Amino acid sequence: MYDIASWALNIGALRGASYADVRIGGDRHRALSTKNGKLGSASDTESMGIGVRVIADGAWGFAASEDLSRAAVEATAARAVQIAKASARVKQHDVRLAPEKPSTAEWTTPMVIDPFTVSVEQNLAVLIEIDGELRSVRGVTLAETNMNFRREEQWFASSEGSKIHQTKYTSGVGYAAYAFAGSEIQKRSYPTSFGGQWQNKGYELIQELKLGENARRVGEEAVALLKAEQCPEGIFDVILDGSQLALQIHESVGHPIELDRVLGMEANFAGTSFLTLDKLRSLRYGSELVNIVADAREEHGPGLGTFAFDEEGVPAQSTPIITSGLFTGYLSSRETAAMIQCERSGGTLRAEGWNRLPIIRMTNVSILPGSQPLTREQLIAGTDSGVYLETNRSWSIDDKRYNFQFGTEIGWEIKRGKRTRMLKNPSYSGITTEFWNSMNAICSREEWVLWGIPHCGKGQPQQVMGTGHGAAPARFRGVKVGSAYRGNA
Amino acid sequence: MPSRDQAAELVQRIRKYSVADEVEVIIYHTRNALTRFANNVIHQNLAEENVAVSVRTAFAGRTARATTNKIDDEGLQRVVEASERLAKVQHADPDLLPMPDAREGSRSVRTIPSRHFERTAALTPELRAEMVRSIVAVAEKHRLTAAGIVSNSETAEGIFNCRGLSTWHTQTAAEISITMLGADSSGWQKAGSPDVDTLDAGALAVTAARKAVEAARPREIPPGKYTVILEPAAVLDLVGFMFYDFGGLAILDRRSFLNDRVGTQLFGKNINIWDDVAHPLQSGSPFDGEGIGRQKVHLVENGVVRRLVFARGTAARMLRSEVKDKVGPIEPTGHGFPLPNEVGEAPMNIVFGVTDKPKTVDEMVASTERGILVTRLWYIREVDPYEKIVTGMTRDGTFYVEGGTIRHGLRNFRFNESLIHMLANVEAMGIPVRASGEESFDMVVPAMQVSDFNFTEVTKF
Repeated sequence: MYDIASWALNIGALRGASYADVRIGGDRHRALSTKNGKLGSASDTESMGIGVRVIADGAWGFAASEDLSRAAVEATAARAVQIAKASARVKQHDVRLAPEKPSTAEWTTPMVIDPFTVSVEQNLAVLIEIDGELRSVRGVTLAETNMNFRREEQWFASSEGSKIHQTKYTSGVGYAAYAFAGSEIQKRSYPTSFGGQWQNKGYELIQELKLGENARRVGEEAVALLKAEQCPEGIFDVILDGSQLALQIHESVGHPIELDRVLGMEANFAGTSFLTLDKLRSLRYGSELVNIVADAREEHGPGLGTFAFDEEGVPAQSTPIITSGLFTGYLSSRETAAMIQCERSGGTLRAEGWNRLPIIRMTNVSILPGSQPLTREQLIAGTDSGVYLETNRSWSIDDKRYNFQFGTEIGWEIKRGKRTRMLKNPSYSGITTEFWNSMNAICSREEWVLWGIPHCGKGQPQQVMGTGHGAAPARFRGVKVGSAYRGNA
Repeated sequence: MPSRDQAAELVQRIRKYSVADEVEVIIYHTRNALTRFANNVIHQNLAEENVAVSVRTAFAGRTARATTNKIDDEGLQRVVEASERLAKVQHADPDLLPMPDAREGSRSVRTIPSRHFERTAALTPELRAEMVRSIVAVAEKHRLTAAGIVSNSETAEGIFNCRGLSTWHTQTAAEISITMLGADSSGWQKAGSPDVDTLDAGALAVTAARKAVEAARPREIPPGKYTVILEPAAVLDLVGFMFYDFGGLAILDRRSFLNDRVGTQLFGKNINIWDDVAHPLQSGSPFDGEGIGRQKVHLVENGVVRRLVFARGTAARMLRSEVKDKVGPIEPTGHGFPLPNEVGEAPMNIVFGVTDKPKTVDEMVASTERGILVTRLWYIREVDPYEKIVTGMTRDGTFYVEGGTIRHGLRNFRFNESLIHMLANVEAMGIPVRASGEESFDMVVPAMQVSDFNFTEVTKF
């Protein structure tokens, strides 16, 4: 593959590129789902091709093709240079890249069982059994399950001399039960909603998640929600489960720290950020208990943002984002790091596939667990009055990432340290920094899970990316609850 | 781009490798290019060429799909084997229909206007750069910063199956999206069309710039229920959240807000909605994911949901269901997605009806005593699936209207609004136009003046 890459690099240089990098990618994706005891979908997708990124006349160009013949690869590289020269017609300064030492490396996701060695019969048997368990609960009107496996192999080569071969495996699984009656549809999901739990692991993920053991409870909760009381509106102490806190981190920390947004490069679609450059190391983002890192390294865990090198050849790093509540870091690339006079990229440039231009994406943006032992049940026991909210149902945040509103599938009232009545249709809302400054407890390591969000959209054309978020249940004081239904009763 | 004959030849090569009872092949070839600008410079600029060959095989009630972009003999053999391997291991589904034959596929295929324009396909990076330069010139004239895209694409797609069904469609698409940023305000415009010559980058830039200038120094007013004037892009992004519920399978799954509501007066009597692939402002292919021709369907008639759309298999199931008398006419309408899938079908060529007395946005403003003009909405998500409450934010041009005139820009609001309530409270509408947003596919929708729109919070800008 490096020979093919060299054809593109040579043409790039001949046509006048001052920098070029090449990614040759081969992806395979298996997707299975069931619905009410029948097959929902069964697909196997493979895709292979080359993407060439160049700087010529001080501006960027990118071209991609599925054709790996020599003629097509050279034409693709030439097209990238032509595009870069067109870009240069509307520029103010030449693109500069923060320096990076060339690397030569091989890396593969650590895993126990290659998911593609497990038979489809076995995959479907797992899903059909769960589906049956969900529908055995009287009142469940729809049961859905899904299982996904992906293998992404990539060869990266640059005009600076890097040669990096990485193979990443991803597994994902989840299910949901719906109950429809009267004028209401309620839903419960496991391990979390919108596709379940995803990690960079092999088939062992499917075996670890206690899928069967939780199915009946999930079905029963979906039905019970129909008769539960509406979540009241007001100001409450709120405890979020780890999966909801993971999405809270994603939306109200992960996106605003993307340096391309901060610098206006995403203003037309994804938006900008309230985290202007003057706020670095001066903004009190959260309470003293809030410590958040962006960590792509293998030692952080098998998150969807774990790799050895990003897609411009920068090694995986851990960047402190919020340190004891203080805002301390952005997600950056070689170009954006140079724009703010940083010595080195944070290594977060990622692409959906070989045919997409890499852009700044979250890696694993995780909150660190509390240092004192604290389980979820102890956290609830230590709360006099409030609500405990679990599993995301809806999410929305403004284009600078200040005002958010989340809904969850289920909630429980907390009275004098005990979970009491079940609450349906819970929601909470707030302003990002006020919310994080209200965090006054977080559970310890044994409750911490590295959650995967597989469908984060960003960029034009839009790219879908998986991101990781380690989180443990945490408590927030004085949060606005229930306003999603205000005026709609 | 491959021709229909070349695609058919590829299908013959694929069929040689299959031992399945039935074989269907979808071929999709695309060339995309997109020039992206921000801070008044081009910062990303790309082109892509790709092909997808997707093979569905079926063995006595069992079916699966495999897709590749490798069209050499080895790649084609591998994709057929992958599809067959997936299909063979399943339990038979008695509801799986045989693949449609040529007669069934072509029965309702409608003639559509040509949607392939050479000048769109031939747009070069240099021409896109010139369009960006003209947009940036408008920004600089108003001391603003421009961000956005200029893109073009060319696609060919066809569906072929072993029972003689054969379809083919080629299309181009162009899109311009512009955000103009001031110190404390912004404005936005977006347009898309198969024909780039119908898009006016300069005019879009001028409108976006005017909005950014007029929205400067935004003021905060309390949330609450207001009369709103929603520009077409805002209408599009809201109503896009309800059309997946117009599929028959959503009713059978009991996940649709239309369960037990088809035939009732759900919206105002001034609301009429069709799905019409042949409408001159629409785009897309005239056949669905199985190759069945897309019918024109009058979904909402004077505020009453009269019809749903059906894939072949869903229609057959619905005819046997206990709700068959409560869902309007049941027949395959040509709106199914490629099989196998969980969603079933959806109308994808939405066209709103013209009201008796259409009003321009300016006329709606002039008739509003106290209200809010909304350019665009953002990050819309469903809060309640049956009452169809959605939440989201205003963005890039939100204005306070009082005494029939625009007074000043506003800090952006969060809304939590039921789409059922919204479409029951439309006081005036404009002439439907082809609109582009970010949350939904392009539609032909009007601007709307809506009473009692529910804003629940204000953000900080």
